[in-house]
Amino acid sequence: MDAIVAEGLEKRYGRVQALAGVTFSVREGEIFGLLGPNGAGKSTTVRVLTTLTKPNAGRAVVAGHDVVREPNRVRRSIGYVPQESGVDREATGRENLLLQGRIQGVRGAELSARVDELLHLVGIADAADRVVRGYSGGMKRRLDIALGLVHRPSVLFLDEPTTGLDPEARAAMWVEVQRLAEQERLTILLTTHYLEEADQLAERVAIVSRGAVVAEGQPEELKRGLRGEAVTVELDDGLAERAAGIVRTLAGAEETSLDGRILRTRVPNGAQAIPGILSALEGGGIRVASVTTHRPSLDDVYLHYTGRAFADEDAAAEEPE
Amino acid sequence: MKLAAHTWWMVVRQFRNLMREPIWIALLLIQPMIWLLLYGQLFSRVPSLRGGASTYVEFLLPGIVVMNAFFGGTWAGMAMITDLDRHVVDRFLATPASRLSIVLSQVVRSGLIALIQAIVILLVGFALGVRVHGGVLGVLVLLVTAALVSMVFAGISNGIALLVRREATMIAAANFVGLPLMFLSSILIAQRVMPHWMQVVSRFNPVNWGVQAARDAVVRGGNWGSVGVHLLLLVAVTLATASFATWTFRSYQRTL
Repeated sequence: MDAIVAEGLEKRYGRVQALAGVTFSVREGEIFGLLGPNGAGKSTTVRVLTTLTKPNAGRAVVAGHDVVREPNRVRRSIGYVPQESGVDREATGRENLLLQGRIQGVRGAELSARVDELLHLVGIADAADRVVRGYSGGMKRRLDIALGLVHRPSVLFLDEPTTGLDPEARAAMWVEVQRLAEQERLTILLTTHYLEEADQLAERVAIVSRGAVVAEGQPEELKRGLRGEAVTVELDDGLAERAAGIVRTLAGAEETSLDGRILRTRVPNGAQAIPGILSALEGGGIRVASVTTHRPSLDDVYLHYTGRAFADEDAAAEEPE
Repeated sequence: MKLAAHTWWMVVRQFRNLMREPIWIALLLIQPMIWLLLYGQLFSRVPSLRGGASTYVEFLLPGIVVMNAFFGGTWAGMAMITDLDRHVVDRFLATPASRLSIVLSQVVRSGLIALIQAIVILLVGFALGVRVHGGVLGVLVLLVTAALVSMVFAGISNGIALLVRREATMIAAANFVGLPLMFLSSILIAQRVMPHWMQVVSRFNPVNWGVQAARDAVVRGGNWGSVGVHLLLLVAVTLATASFATWTFRSYQRTL
């Protein structure tokens, strides 16, 4: 059975079409990544699936319940860890967890045992009775996750779980998420705008661009879907447009794009194509600083499906509040 | 049942957080005393102000109780803005938490604080020789009035907080209604020495309903029919402003 089914979700805020038909499904027990740049519609999708907002069109079923018709059943089955911490900073970690548990219908001895268990599980037991205001960013994030797990949900939503964490803390969080998924037998939907994160953590991903899912599958499968190899050329001077024009005329070079002085293209075989590319550029009077070739990454997958480089999208867009 | 339980848990959360602020508690208790002592001294030489009361402090005490409740209520929305800013509200919305309890708990908390302050003011009043002529019933009316006045304005304040969702606008709005409504009431001076038009306007001012009920209970120790009417009016307006706050909460949910 699928833990999450989204079908043609649409959401409009005034004149902004945040979701333009989002469709994907998440299998029970898997870690699923919703991948896309800021503003693509990931957070809005999560807000619909967690019943915070109603879609204008389409339907969604989470843990077997329709998000519009049975919101309270959905709410009891899910844990939601928002992008921005929702902890009560003036209360202690334990008080936060106890209140959340009561609201979720956990009571008495069961609740206090569960809270103790979670405090140990996420590693903040020593700070449990301190006011959250004094917590570090990482500790607060752990408490956020514990809050989402207090009622033993079957589906956990992690909205940008590692944004704002340093690389070390991010790697630690990845390990943590995988461990939690296993120990708590969770289905996890995480959103991220880090390609690397989706690649590392998610068993399957959906790539979201401008309010719609443009590709869905295992990261490896998506990468394999792109035949050939990616070639990245760093140009030495300002003749980038001309360079791109030259490369586009070469046989076998597909999806050539420019990002400042970085030129990307895809060819059937990198080692064989590079001499040809270099001599064509040289013939056009263009100097090359470096050239590399690599197996397609999720970045290339993104470029392939959207026609735009991921980093450009991310810099251009702002996540709507 | 669920509504009552959830509201209570949320009220407990707010109280526990406030109890961690010793300076806030000190101000909460000291401020009404200062008002009572300061205004009591300032106007004590002007006998015409105090209506039928034997001392100005006795006349003033019910007014100060209501004024405190009223000011406390107008600022109640600040806590809502803090919870919105810190995404605490959104976290609750992704749980089966009663939607109504998120708003009502702010209103109830405001009423309870006004009640506690009323008790403190009353104790200070007793020390200054004030007598509650309405006896136990009079004390009860005074406390209920304080809670109701506070909740009336806490409802409005939370409604505005949910509409504007910005501290600066909230502060401006609270100041905008605060002082005019105070002076359009008989908090500081007896109704009959107010200019005629102000007397007329004050009849529609919920703050003044509270002052009249509280003063009847403390100074006159009678006129219970009028007290009952004023209390019922306050209950009705409390329901109205709480509904307003609930309605604005729904409009907030639509922006998510």
